[in-house]
Amino acid sequence: MSILVDEDTKLLVQGITGSEGTFHTRRCIEYGTKVVAGVTPGKGGSRHLGVSVFNTVEKAMTDTGANASIMFVPPAYAADGILEAIDAGMALILCITEGIPVLDMVKVHRYLKGKPTRLIGPNCPGVMSPGKCKAGIMVGEIHLPGNVGVVSRSGTLTYDVVSQLTSLRIGQSTCVGIGGDALPGSTFVDVLKLFEADEHTKAVVLIGEIGGTMEQEAAEFIRHKMTKPVVAFVAGSTAPPGKRMGHAGAIITGSAAKASEKIKALSQAGATIAPTPAEVGLTVKKVLKSV
Amino acid sequence: MKIHEYQAKALLAQYGIAVPRGDVAYTAAEAKKIAAEIGVRAVVKAQVYAGGRGKAGGIKTVNSPEEAEKAAGQLIGTRLVTHQTGPQGVPVSKVLVEEASNVARELYISILVDGVSHLPVMMASEAGGMEIEEVAQSTPEKILKSYIDPAISFQPFQGRKMAYGISLNGGQMGEATRLMTNLYRLFMDKDCSLAEINPLVVTADGKLLALDAKLNFDDNALYRHKDIQELQDKEQEEPLEIQARDWGINNYVKMDGDIGCMVNGAGLAMAVNDLIQYCGGRAANFLDIGTLNNTERVVNSFKMFVADHRIRAVLVNIFGGMARVDVIAKGIVEAYQLMTIPFPVVIRLAGTNLEEGQHILAQSGMNFIQAKDFYDGARKVVEAAKGVTR
Repeated sequence: MSILVDEDTKLLVQGITGSEGTFHTRRCIEYGTKVVAGVTPGKGGSRHLGVSVFNTVEKAMTDTGANASIMFVPPAYAADGILEAIDAGMALILCITEGIPVLDMVKVHRYLKGKPTRLIGPNCPGVMSPGKCKAGIMVGEIHLPGNVGVVSRSGTLTYDVVSQLTSLRIGQSTCVGIGGDALPGSTFVDVLKLFEADEHTKAVVLIGEIGGTMEQEAAEFIRHKMTKPVVAFVAGSTAPPGKRMGHAGAIITGSAAKASEKIKALSQAGATIAPTPAEVGLTVKKVLKSV
Repeated sequence: MKIHEYQAKALLAQYGIAVPRGDVAYTAAEAKKIAAEIGVRAVVKAQVYAGGRGKAGGIKTVNSPEEAEKAAGQLIGTRLVTHQTGPQGVPVSKVLVEEASNVARELYISILVDGVSHLPVMMASEAGGMEIEEVAQSTPEKILKSYIDPAISFQPFQGRKMAYGISLNGGQMGEATRLMTNLYRLFMDKDCSLAEINPLVVTADGKLLALDAKLNFDDNALYRHKDIQELQDKEQEEPLEIQARDWGINNYVKMDGDIGCMVNGAGLAMAVNDLIQYCGGRAANFLDIGTLNNTERVVNSFKMFVADHRIRAVLVNIFGGMARVDVIAKGIVEAYQLMTIPFPVVIRLAGTNLEEGQHILAQSGMNFIQAKDFYDGARKVVEAAKGVTR
C-alpha cells in the first residue's frame, strides 16, 4: 500500500503546456504515471504529449475522471488555479508552484474549509509512491518500493535522503513533499496520520527545517498518537535569525522557530534524531533493526 | 521586505491612523528646520532596518532646533549597532524628526498571518513598548488575539473586544476600532507580512497615536505593489546580498564563515551549511541556486565567491531534480574559463542528467576535488580550506 497516490491515480496537469509543465509531465508519463488530462485555458481541444488538453478543470474531470491534479501554474495565477480545482471537487491537489503570495493562500485555505479536497504544497516537489505513481518533479530512479514513509518540507534534501535509503536497500511506501511555504496545504501531522493508518508503512522519516511550529505539532502527534517509529532531521541549525533561508517559511522569528527547539521537541516525543543530514538512511536502518 | 519607520508612518497616515507630526531629514540643517517648524520638544530618530534603537542611542529627545541639529549631526553618517545588527552595525543616513508626545500609556497592536489557523491575526497588549516576544514568553496572558476571517474582514465587535481588553475607555472605543479596521485594511491592501504599532500610545489628552511603526511586506507579492518596491533602501542591506540579487541569485544569505557554498534547494543548502559546521568548518554563505536552467547563475555564483575575499574554499553540491546537473556542470566550466579561481573547489553532483554533467567536467580538464556524497563533500571542503590564504 501507499498513501495519497498509487496505480489508481488519474492525474490532471494544470499548466501542462508551459515549459516546466511539459518537462515534468513527460517524466511522469515515462515513470508510468497515468496522466489523463491537461488544463491550459485557451488551448482546450488540443493534445500535448499525447494527453487531451481542456480549458477548465471541471470539463477535464467530467471527461476523463481525473482524481488528482498537479499544478505548474505561475505564482500570480496559481491560487486561482487551486480555487478552480477545489471548486471542481478535485480530491487531491499537488501544487508545485513556488512564490505564491501569502494572502492568496489565506484565501485558498478559507475556501478549502469544509471541502473534501486535500492540498499538498505549494512550493513542493509533489508525491511519489515508488513503482506506482510519480506525481511530482522528483527524480524517479532514486526511489525504491518499500515500507518507509518520507515526509519533508524540502525538495532536494529529500532526494538526498531517499537515495541514502535506496542505497541501503530500504524502500519507500510514499514520499510526500509538503513544501517550503509558511502556509502549506497539508502539515506534518496531516501526513503522519496517513502513514500511521497505512498498514504497509513500517516507519516514517520526517525532514523539518527552521521556521514556524509544524515540527512541534508533529512532536505532539508522535507522542500521543503515533505507534510507528519516526526518524527526524531538522535543517537550519546554523541559520542566522531573521533571515529567510530560501523557503518562504524558513525564517527564525522566535525561539520556537529554531532548529534546536524543534529537535528537542521531536526527540522528547520519542522520534530518533539523525545526527547529520548525511546519516538519515543509517539511522533508519538502525531503527528498523530494533523494531 | 522591510521599510523605514518614516515610510511606515506615511502609509499609516494614508490609512487614517494618527502619527506624530514630523518629517525625515538627510542633513543636520534639515533636522534643525523641521524641529523649528514643529516648534515644541522633538525626538530625533535614526532611520535603520533594525530594532533596539533606543537602547543603542539612536533616539534622542531634544528641546530646541539647535539641539535637533546637533543630535542629527551625531547620528547621520555613523553606523548604529543594536542587539539586532551584529557588531558592524547599520548605516544611518537619515533621521526622523517628530513632535515629542505626552505619553499616558503605552500599548501594542499588530497583525500577521497565523501559520496554524491560516488566518490574519490581530494582537493587542497593554505591555506596549516592550519586545512582544519577551511579553509572549514571560506573560502570554497579556497578549489578546483576534483571528480575522478574510471573507467578512475585521468586524467592529472584534475591535471593541480588543479595545476593552487593553483597558481603553468608552470614549476611546470608536477611535480604537477605526484604527484597527484601518490597520487591517492596510495589511490586506499592501500584502504585509507584519504590521506592528509598538508602542501605540494614549496621549495625556486621551488620543491614540502610533509612536513607532514597523511594516514588513511579503516578497512574493511585491510584483503587484510597485509603490512599495520603490521604498526599499538598499543601503540598509548586506552589500553581498544586494550584489547577489543584482546577479539573479535571489536566495543568498551572507554568513560569517570562510567556505563558499553553491547548492540547489533551500533545505539541502541549509543542511550543507549544518554539515560543514559539523565537520569543523563554517559556511560563508547560504546559496540556493534555484531551478532555473541556465549557466549564467552558476557563473555569477562563482563571481560572488571570487569577489568575497573571506572565501578560502568552495563546495558545490547539486542534487538535480528540476535543476539539471549537465547545465550546472557547463556553468562551472564556463566560470573556470572566465576567471581565475583562487581557491580549491569541491564538487558533488547527483540526480537528473548526472552522467552528462560528469562527462562535461571530466572533458574540461579543470582542477577540482570530487566528492561522492554530501558528507564527503563537507569533509573535503573543510580540509581543502585549511592553509589557503587570499
